[in-house]
Amino acid sequence: MNRTTGSRLTRRLGALAVVTMAIALAFGLVFSPPEVAQRDAVRLMYLHLPTIAVAYLGFFITMVGSIVYLRNGSVFWDLVAGAAAEIGVVFSVFLIVSGALWGKPTWGVYWQWDPRLTSTTVMFLMYLGYLALRRLDLPPDVRSRRAAILGIVSFGNVIIVRYSVQWWRGLHQGQTLGVDTQLDGLMLFSLFLSLVAFLLVAAWLLIHRFRVAWLEHQLTRIGFERALAERRGDLGGGRVGEEAR
Amino acid sequence: MHWEFVIAGYAIVFVLLIAYAAAIVQRGRRLSEQVPENKRRYLD
Amino acid sequence: MLRDAWLMARKDLRIELASKVTIGQILPFGALVLILFGLAVSPDLTVLGTDRRSVLAQASPGLFWMAVLFAALLTLGRSFAIESADGKLDALRMAGLDPAGIFLGKMLAVTAQLAALEIVLGFGAFVLYNAPLARPLQLIVVVIAATTAITSAGTLYAALGSGLRVRDTLVPLLVLPVLAPVLLAAALSTEAAVFGESSGGWPWTLLLGVFALLYVGVGMLAFGPIMEES
Repeated sequence: MNRTTGSRLTRRLGALAVVTMAIALAFGLVFSPPEVAQRDAVRLMYLHLPTIAVAYLGFFITMVGSIVYLRNGSVFWDLVAGAAAEIGVVFSVFLIVSGALWGKPTWGVYWQWDPRLTSTTVMFLMYLGYLALRRLDLPPDVRSRRAAILGIVSFGNVIIVRYSVQWWRGLHQGQTLGVDTQLDGLMLFSLFLSLVAFLLVAAWLLIHRFRVAWLEHQLTRIGFERALAERRGDLGGGRVGEEAR
Repeated sequence: MHWEFVIAGYAIVFVLLIAYAAAIVQRGRRLSEQVPENKRRYLD
Repeated sequence: MLRDAWLMARKDLRIELASKVTIGQILPFGALVLILFGLAVSPDLTVLGTDRRSVLAQASPGLFWMAVLFAALLTLGRSFAIESADGKLDALRMAGLDPAGIFLGKMLAVTAQLAALEIVLGFGAFVLYNAPLARPLQLIVVVIAATTAITSAGTLYAALGSGLRVRDTLVPLLVLPVLAPVLLAAALSTEAAVFGESSGGWPWTLLLGVFALLYVGVGMLAFGPIMEES
């Protein structure tokens, strides 16, 4: 039983996610029209914008989980925070890649310091630090507490970075990808569909990643209990051995 | 026009996405073997 | 709480005066960084549209603050390294002190050290990069605001990494993304103060002040939980 992290919930969710993604891809890549100025490059928007949403949502969940963990020490929320951050980081990579590849045909350069891409790259690096902290060899409660503080403060930082970079680039002709894209009804629908598809995928990933984290947590606990039992066994074990002889 | 960027973008993202999903599931399988059955799930 | 902060700050500064690590090691490091920037960015390139101002001079505000940031990383690391052999805040000794006071005290000590560094490095930047100085008073305000912004967030993050073997690699990774807006605001404000060209600069200085206040608050709140090492 439970030889994998899958369950009826995740199998159904996974199936739904795959189907929705397939339809979203069909709309994004085929049925939706090219845009007036960007032509087919606009199809990367159906990738770029949803991954941004997922990344921000992931880091938001990390913050919420961190707050709850600090309040009541709930291991569940600590693990959710960690899992959500990892998914956020992964989707940040997607965001940066899709953004750069969208930028090249649209602006002629892979990177032009536009506010969103710049601030989300900083955000990505911030949470790489968070994940590094979580991996440290520390007593679990110390590690979780520090990670929780970091998880809360980091989201605040995300907002600060976002607005200061936006302000900075707003002084020049900084244009964010997608802002001046002309969207018609079909494109909006494709975008919405992609968003739903990616959210479903992210939910599936989160459940599995949480379950993996739970298993790791259990293994650590078993390791501790074993070490403790061995120590107790040593203290009383000498006598038992003698009696047996 | 610009299809090479679109293809590259979608290809990279989906390859990485599937790889990440596979890695999680595989790790889940490996860890499940090491944990006693009654402790494998949070809600059990 | 304020008494504890003062005690903490005095202790840290006394250690610095005795060991002279900041002026003996971190300051020369900062100066080296300034010189290396000069090597990396050719002094002979000039900026179009200015009166033959060199690229180095034009970039001097940003370069100065980058050098300060690097020096700050070292100073912050040192602030926690002096606590004990492994850098952990000794729970026994700290038992009587208010965590918020410890945070404030450490932050003030680092601010003082950083301010001393900035005076010398700033002088160095003016000389090395041939930067002008249009509005000295604005510059002073900017430096005060930016320094407190750096030390408030920096002390919090250095504490998060304190006592860890990986602290020298982890803390920079954690703190630099946080200080990115500070660098931005400081460079832009300093640019306005040094070249006197744009009327702007004050909004960015305000951002620095708000950032500093925010992080002093967050730091004081978070220090208690961080120090709870059971």
